[in-house]
Amino acid sequence: MAKQRISAGSKVFDFFNYFLLALLGIITILPFIHVVGSSFATSAEVANTKFLLFPTDFSIKAYEYIFSTDTIFRALGVSILVTVGGTLWSMLFSTLTAYGLSRRDLVGRRAINFMIVFTLLFNGGMIPTFLVVQQTGLLNSLWALVIPVTINAFNMIILRSFFMNLPAGLEESAKIDGANDFSILFRIVLPISLPAIATISLFYAVTYWNTYMHAILYLADADKWPVQVLLRQIVVLASGMNYDAETYTDVPPPEVTVKMATIVVATVPVLLVYPFLQKYFAKGALLGSVKG
Amino acid sequence: METTTLTAKENAKQVKKMKRSETWRRIKRNKMIYLMILPGIIYFLIYKYLPMYGLIISFQDYKPYKGIMGSEWVGFEHFQRLFESTEFWMIFKNTLVLFGLQIFIFFPIPIIISLMLNEVRHSFFKRGVQTLIYIPHFMSWVVIVSISYVMLTLDGGIVNAILETLGFEKINFLLNEDWFRPMYILQVIWREAGWGTIIFLAAITAVDPQLYEAARMDGANRFRQMWHITIPAIRNVIIVLLILKIGDVLELGFEHVYLLLNSSNRSVAEIFDTYVYVAGLQQGQFSYSTAVGFFKGGVGLAMVVFANWLAQKFDEEGIY
Repeated sequence: MAKQRISAGSKVFDFFNYFLLALLGIITILPFIHVVGSSFATSAEVANTKFLLFPTDFSIKAYEYIFSTDTIFRALGVSILVTVGGTLWSMLFSTLTAYGLSRRDLVGRRAINFMIVFTLLFNGGMIPTFLVVQQTGLLNSLWALVIPVTINAFNMIILRSFFMNLPAGLEESAKIDGANDFSILFRIVLPISLPAIATISLFYAVTYWNTYMHAILYLADADKWPVQVLLRQIVVLASGMNYDAETYTDVPPPEVTVKMATIVVATVPVLLVYPFLQKYFAKGALLGSVKG
Repeated sequence: METTTLTAKENAKQVKKMKRSETWRRIKRNKMIYLMILPGIIYFLIYKYLPMYGLIISFQDYKPYKGIMGSEWVGFEHFQRLFESTEFWMIFKNTLVLFGLQIFIFFPIPIIISLMLNEVRHSFFKRGVQTLIYIPHFMSWVVIVSISYVMLTLDGGIVNAILETLGFEKINFLLNEDWFRPMYILQVIWREAGWGTIIFLAAITAVDPQLYEAARMDGANRFRQMWHITIPAIRNVIIVLLILKIGDVLELGFEHVYLLLNSSNRSVAEIFDTYVYVAGLQQGQFSYSTAVGFFKGGVGLAMVVFANWLAQKFDEEGIY
C-alpha cells in the first residue's frame, strides 16, 4: 500500500510498541540466561556476584560433578528413549487415525469424532486412569509413559484438519492407478504433509521429553526415572521444601551451580530442536487450530 | 388406485433397501480405513472410556483385591463426606481463585501481545520477539519451577540479592502463603503468554486489509483501528478460546501446583488435583479421591456446556 505521511501520534505509538515488545522478549529469556550463566560459574562467584548473567570466572566444575555419577546418564537415556520411541509410536497411530477420519465418505465418522472430542471435555480422572494402567500391566514399565498417552486428541484433530484440506483429486487419481488406502497415505499424503507432520512430531517430542507426572504416578523404580524427575529431586526436594518429601534423601543439598547445570541439561535438548522446527509450526500448527 | 399406492409403498421400500445397500457398500469400500483407525479407537476406549467406567468406584467401597465387580456399594457416602469436610471447601476456594487468576489476569495477555505484534512492521523484529517469547512453552513445569527456586531462594537467589542491594528486606517467596498466588500466575504468564499469541495472530492475518484502508480514510488512528476492526474481527476466536478455558475450569495443572506445594503454603495451594493424588495414591483412599475427581470433572463439563450456551445466546458460534 502507498505510504502516507506518518503522523506524530503514530510514531509515538511505534516507539512504545517496539520498546515494550523488545522488553518483553528480553525479560522472557533473562531467567534462563541467568541459569545458564551461573551453571558455568564457580560457586564462590555465584555467592558473591549480584547480577550474574555471564560468569567472569568460567568453570565447568558443576557439569563435571553431575556427569561423574551415572545417575544423570541413566535418566537422560530414559528420557531420550521415551522421547524418540514415544514420538514415533504416537505419530504412527495419530497419523493413521487422523487420515482415516479425514475421509469424508467414511460411515460413522461423525460419531467417532464426537467420541474423541468428548474425551477433551470429560475424563475419568487420575485414580480410575491409574487403575486401568495398573490392570493393563504397565506399572513400573517405561511403556506406562507412552501407551496411556498414545494419541493426544488435540494433535490428532490438527492433523486431521490438515489432511482434510488436501486436494481430493489426489486420492482419486491414485485410486484409479490402483493404489490402496495405506499406500495412498504413506506414499502420497505423508510426503506432502511434512509441515504438519514435523509440527505435531515436535509437540509430541516436547511432551515426552517433559514427562514428569506419569513417571511419578506409574514408576516406583528410581532407575527408570526420566530426567525431569531427577531434576525435581535435585532442585526442589533438595531444597527441603516440597510438600511430599517421602522420597527425600539425606544427602547434603547440592551446590547451587549443580542445580543450575541440571536445569540446563534437562532443557537443552528441547531448545536444540526448536529452531529447526520453528519455521514449520508457525504455518503447520495453525492450519488445524484456526479452522477447528 | 390401489396399485399405485402399492407401488409407492414398494418404491419406498426399494429406496430404503437401496440406501442401506449403499451404506453397506460404502462401509465395505472403506474397510482399510476402518483398519487404520481401529488402533486409535481401541486406545480411546481403553485409556479414556474405561476410566470413565471406573468412576463407579466412587459409589463403592472399592477394594483393589475385590475389583469393581466385587466391591461393596455405598451410594453417595463419599460425596457426603466430601461436602461435609472443611478441607473440601478450602480446596474448592483455592481452585476457584487460581481459576479466576487464569481467566482475569492471564487470558487477556496473549491477546494484548498479539495486537502489539500485529502493529510491528519489521518482520525480522516481529519474528525475533516471537522466537524469544515462545521458548518457555517448551520447558517443563519442573524446569520452570526449578528456575524459580534457584532465583527466589533466600540463600543466594538473585531476586533476594537484588532486593537486598536495593535496601529491602529479603522475602521468603517459596514458603510464604501470600506469595504463592502471584508466583503461580507469573509462572503461567511466563510459560504460556507468548505461545498463546499464535492463534490470535493467525486470526488477525485473516482480516481484510481493505477494512483498515477504509478506516484510515475516515481518520481512525491506530488505536481506533485496533478497537473497531482488529478486535471485532478476532472476537470469535477469543470466545471459542474462552469457552475452552472455562471448560478447563478445574484443570489447573497437577504438575505445576504440585511442584510449588509445600506445608507452609498448603492453605492456599492445595487444589483438587493435588488432593486427589495425596488422598488416592499416597493414602490409598481410592473411592473417596475418585469421588473428588468425579465432582471436579462434572463441574468442568457443566461449565463448558453453560459457557457454550451463553455464547450462543449472544449470537456467537460456540464450539459445538
